[in-house]
Order: sequence, then structure tokens, then C-alpha cells
Amino acid sequence: MTEYIVLSAILFTIGAVGVLTRRNALVVFMCVELMLNACNLALVTFAKQHGNLDGQIAAFFVMVVAAAEVVVGLAIIMTIFRTRRSASVDDASLLKY
Amino acid sequence: MLSLSEEIPLVEPTGADGAFSLLWLVIALPLAGAAILLIGGALFPQALKVWGHVLGTLLPIGSFVISLVLFVQLMGREEGDRQVVQHLYDFIQVGDLDVGMDLLYDPLTSLFLLLITGVGSLIHVYSIGYMEHDERRPRFFGYLNLFVAAMLLLVMSENYLGLFIGWEGVGLASYLLIGFWQHKHSAAAAAKKAFVINRVGDMGLSTAIMLAFVTFGSTSFTVISASAGAAEQHVMTAFGLLLLLGACGKSAQVPLQAWLLDAMEGPTPVSALIHAATMVTAGVYLIVRSNFIFELTDTAQTVVVIVATVTLLWGAIIGCAKDDIKKALAGSTMSQIGYMMLGAGLGTAGYAFAIFHLLTHGFFKANMFLGAGSVMHGMNDDVDMRHYGALRKMLPVTFFTFAIGYLAIIGVPPFSGFWSKDKIIETALVENPVVGICALLGAGITGFYMTRLMLMTFFTKERWEKGVHPHESPKLMTIPLMVLAALSALGGFLLAGDWIVGWLEPVVGHAEHHEPPLPVIVITLITIGVVAIGVAAAFVLVGQREVPREAPQDVSFATRAARADLYGDAINDGLVVGPSRQLTSGLVTFDRSVVDGLFSGGATVVAGVGILLRRVQNGFVRSYAVSILAGVLLVVLALLAVNLA
Repeated sequence: MTEYIVLSAILFTIGAVGVLTRRNALVVFMCVELMLNACNLALVTFAKQHGNLDGQIAAFFVMVVAAAEVVVGLAIIMTIFRTRRSASVDDASLLKY
Repeated sequence: MLSLSEEIPLVEPTGADGAFSLLWLVIALPLAGAAILLIGGALFPQALKVWGHVLGTLLPIGSFVISLVLFVQLMGREEGDRQVVQHLYDFIQVGDLDVGMDLLYDPLTSLFLLLITGVGSLIHVYSIGYMEHDERRPRFFGYLNLFVAAMLLLVMSENYLGLFIGWEGVGLASYLLIGFWQHKHSAAAAAKKAFVINRVGDMGLSTAIMLAFVTFGSTSFTVISASAGAAEQHVMTAFGLLLLLGACGKSAQVPLQAWLLDAMEGPTPVSALIHAATMVTAGVYLIVRSNFIFELTDTAQTVVVIVATVTLLWGAIIGCAKDDIKKALAGSTMSQIGYMMLGAGLGTAGYAFAIFHLLTHGFFKANMFLGAGSVMHGMNDDVDMRHYGALRKMLPVTFFTFAIGYLAIIGVPPFSGFWSKDKIIETALVENPVVGICALLGAGITGFYMTRLMLMTFFTKERWEKGVHPHESPKLMTIPLMVLAALSALGGFLLAGDWIVGWLEPVVGHAEHHEPPLPVIVITLITIGVVAIGVAAAFVLVGQREVPREAPQDVSFATRAARADLYGDAINDGLVVGPSRQLTSGLVTFDRSVVDGLFSGGATVVAGVGILLRRVQNGFVRSYAVSILAGVLLVVLALLAVNLA
């Protein structure tokens, strides 16, 4: 079991580092997905370990929410790209003090 | 002390019946006049210009007629039965507290009713002539009627609360009338000054009323006179001193005397009615009416005597230096009220003489004030005696009547003032030689300043302004002068056979006769001698010299002090006005710096922190992500720490 959890942690860390370091919105988005899936892996692993379905149900919820989020997120990224000809998250910094 | 209380007569009135059921009408008539003249002034001003003054004069005369009828009725009763009370309506009923609007009619009140309505009516008649050319004459009469109604309530109420309403009413009327010519800044300021200084006295009276509520559960004279003997000594002393404070304010006694001289800014009939004959004597009434309290407290009585003695000299000294004829008379009024207060402070032996002097003073001082008004009328409203001189030929009636008032006030027998002042001096000498000698000295100074006033006005050389043509006043003004002069001359007969002493006995009690240290005739002769010295001094200092038209400036310190009202205003400024201004500005500074600083300072700190913190919202998504990650790590570490610990 530990291997799965370690793998999940590694994937999550890769995703988190990606979110923090990459500027391209699409890559950041993919890293977010990576983090979500790392969580899913952990949930499923724990479900197997405990012998019940709670974790698996949670994983399904995460997938559903992620799908919806992808739809909205990609639409926003596309709109921003159309108006600014850029997909860099650092360029979209107007909403501030 | 308690053994004395048996001698203090109780207030035990019987119900009003027969003619006495008209008691309420005495107040109602002038009150109706005030309502019609003051409210009607806005509704039908033209009609009031024609008959407003007639209405305003007839109503007090009506009150006078009723007072006269009531007086005769009261004379017809048995001596023990001369207290009548009329219940008008329930005024305040809360819990145990039950204050009725009750009118008390007894020998003391009866004399006051005659004085107020009698002298008041004469002054109303006089005012018709005096105020003839004034645009606002109906309003003037409205105020005068309001004053008469309030003063009548003051002396007729059966409890302190009703008295207080009248007390405040006369204060209001006095304020309105001093400031009647409000376009003059000095008049408006004088009105305000009178009002404010009176507030200090009123505070004393209202506190006394509260004390009465607490101590006796009532403010009725009947209840208090019955239970005063059982109350504690220090409560009675406090009660007496608080009443004295009220009396000092209303009667212009030291230390609340400063307003009276400025009050002369009002029209002269007002000075005669309110600031000489009636209102300013309310303090004397208050003390005589409260005799059942003052008889139980030696301390308060002593303080009354001290205040009175200081005031009678204070006022007399001021009167010596004033060139304004009305202010000289005002100083004299202050001094004469000092005599009355002295009589009232001497206890049972003096009450009747205080009231006697109050009545005679009401006659001769009203007479002289109206005479001064008549002189001013003939001199184009000039009040400076240095511009008068030799007016006796021009104003013969005014001169003659004024002279009778003069003889009365300095105490020449057989004029009224002689009888009343002599009795007070005699009683004072019996009680306390020092006070008696001060009173004697005051009589001498009275002789001086009144002779000075007479000489400067009616004798010496003509010093008139150019274009002034002195002339006698119209009949409407001289007839009241003649009536008052007759009363000033004959008022002394009230004392014939000790009538007034016997008449007031049911109210103030019977005085044990004490032999004075010297035979009465000797005291009388000494008094006349002292007065003669004062008169002679005035003849030498004023009559034998040229009176300069401008007041000389290189005068002694005493004269300068007297001209400045013995620095009464400076003392008030230094002791009260200055410190309270400093206190106020200190409080304002404290409020602005400390209190406001606390609140606005807190707000400034929060705003500053906000300005710093908003930098966190920099718009870079990745920096937000770092904050979230940091937060998550913190939570995880905290959970681990808790679980592993």
C-alpha cells in the first residue's frame, strides 16, 4: 500500500511545483489536474485499505467536479488568450489592489 | 429649640366660602389680560393698539377691587380665623406625592395683594402715558399683566411648588421687560444677566423644595409648619440656607446683587413696579412666609442677618456714586431690601417690621421711580443727573411728589419711611448692637445719597443739554405720582396702635417685647441725628459746589469702587465666569485630544494596517497559490504535531 501513497505524494508534489513555477495557463491547468488525480489515487488506496467504498465514491466526486472545472477553466483561458494573445498567468494580473 | 416651636403659629386655614371663593379671580383677571394682549397681538393688532392698554389697566384694577373686598372681609373675621384656603385643582398626583393648586389667603397675603394690585394698577395707569409713543405698547401691557398674575400666584400659593411657579413667572416677566427695548444691546445683555443670576438663586429654592419633598413628603405650608418642629436641626438649617439663596437671587442681595443695577435698562415703569416695589421684595416674602422654618434654625437666621447687613451698606455706598438717576435709585432699592431682610432675619420681633418697611418702601420707591421717569420724560430720556439741575420750577408736580418720597425714604417724621426704618433699626439694636449700628450707618448714607440725588436733579444750577425743554408730564402720569406720594406720606399710620404687628400676628407669631439698650426716644433721636449728618454732608459736598457736567475722573478709590458697583461684576468674573470658562476650554481640549484621539486614533491605526495589508492582493495568481500552499502546509504540520504529541 505504501508505494501507492508515495506515488500519490510524488504526483501531488510535481503538480504543486508545476502550479507554482510554470507561467503558461494550460500547463498550470494540467498540473492542477495532476494534483487532483494524485488525490484520487490516495483516496482509492485508502478505500482499499479500509475495505469500504467511501474513498472510491469521493474519487468519483472529484472526477465529476474536475470535469466541470475543466470546462469552465478552459473556456476562461481561451477567452483570455483571444483578447490578450497570451496564455501567461502573470500577464492576467489586473485584479489587484 | 423645640420649646420655641409652640410659639410659632401654624398654618391652619379653613375652606374658602362666601366672598373668599373669588380668590382665584384675583390671579385670573391679569392672567386673562396677558393672554389676550400677548396672543391677540398676532390676531388683531390694530384693535389692540386702540384699547389694549385700557384692557391691560382695567384688569389689575379689577383685581385690586377684589383684593380690597377680600381684605375687608378678612378684617371682619375673628383673629384666629383669618386663614383661608381655596383648592383649585389637583396639580400633581404621583404615588404618595399630592400637590394641589391651592390658594392661601391670610393677613400676610392680604397686604401683598393690596400692594401688588394697588401699586401695580397705578403703574399701569402711568404707563399709558409713559409708553404712549411706543409701537409695542399692547405687548408691554401684556408683559405687565403677566408679571402681576405671576406675582399674585407667588404670594397666594399655599405650597412651595405653586410659589415656585409664580417665582419663575415673575423672573420671566422681569426678563422680558428688562429687555423690552431689545434693539439696545445693553438692554438685551442686562435681561440675560438678570435671568442668569436669578437662575443661581432659583437653584437654591428648587433644591429647598426637593428637600421639603424628601423630609416632609409635601410642600404645603400647612403640612410643613405642623411637622417642622419634629425635623432634624441640620435639615432645617439646610432648608433655611437654600431658601435664603433663592431670596438672595430674587431680591438682589449680596452675593447675587449684580443684576439689579443693570436691570434699570428696562422702561422706567418696569423699574418702579418690578425692580423696586414688588418683585425684588419676593425674597423678603419668602423668608417671612417660611418663618416656621427660620425660627427653628439659628444658623440660617444669622446668615440672613449678615447678608442683609452687608447688602444694606453695599447698596447704599453704590447709590452715593451713581450719576444715572435710575441706578442711584436702584442702589437705594438694594439697600432698602437689605433693611427688610434684616428685619426678617431678626425673627419674630422683626417680621412685621420687615413687611411694614416693604409696604412703605413699595409706596415711596415706586413714587420716586415714577418721578424719575417723569423727569426723564421731560428731559428727552436723559438719565444723567449731571445734565439735570434746577428742575423744580419746570416740573412742579414731579418735584413735590418726589420730595415726599425723599422725605419718606430718609426717614423724616412723620413720613412713612421714618416709622418703618426706625422700627427695624430699633429691633436690630436690641438683637445685636453691631448690626444695629450698621443699620444706623446705612440710614445716614441713605440721607446722603438721596439728598445728593435731590440736589443734583431739582436744585443747583441748570446743566441741560442744548435743545432740551423740560416740561411737566401729562395728567395720566402725575396722578399716580400724587396717589403714591399721599401713600408715602401717610403709610406710617399702618403702625398706629401697632396695628400691622397685631394684624400679622396670626402668621408670624407674637413677639416678646424686649427693652432696647437705650430708651426708644433716644434711639429715634440718634437715628434722626445720623440722617441729618448725611443730609448735611450732601449739602456741603454737592449743594455748595458747582456740579460738573462731566463726571470728574480724578476721584478717590472709594468713589471709583462705588461707581463700579463695588466691583461686583469683577468679583463675579474672577470667581465664577473666568474659572468656569477655563474649565470649559479645558474640557473641550480634553475632549478633542483625549476622547476624540482615542476613537479617531484607533480608526487611523486600522486604516494604516489596511493600507499595508492590501499589498498582498498583487494580482499574481501564483503568489496566491503560494499562500494557499503555505496555509495547507501549516495546517498539515499542525495536525501532525497534534497527532504525534
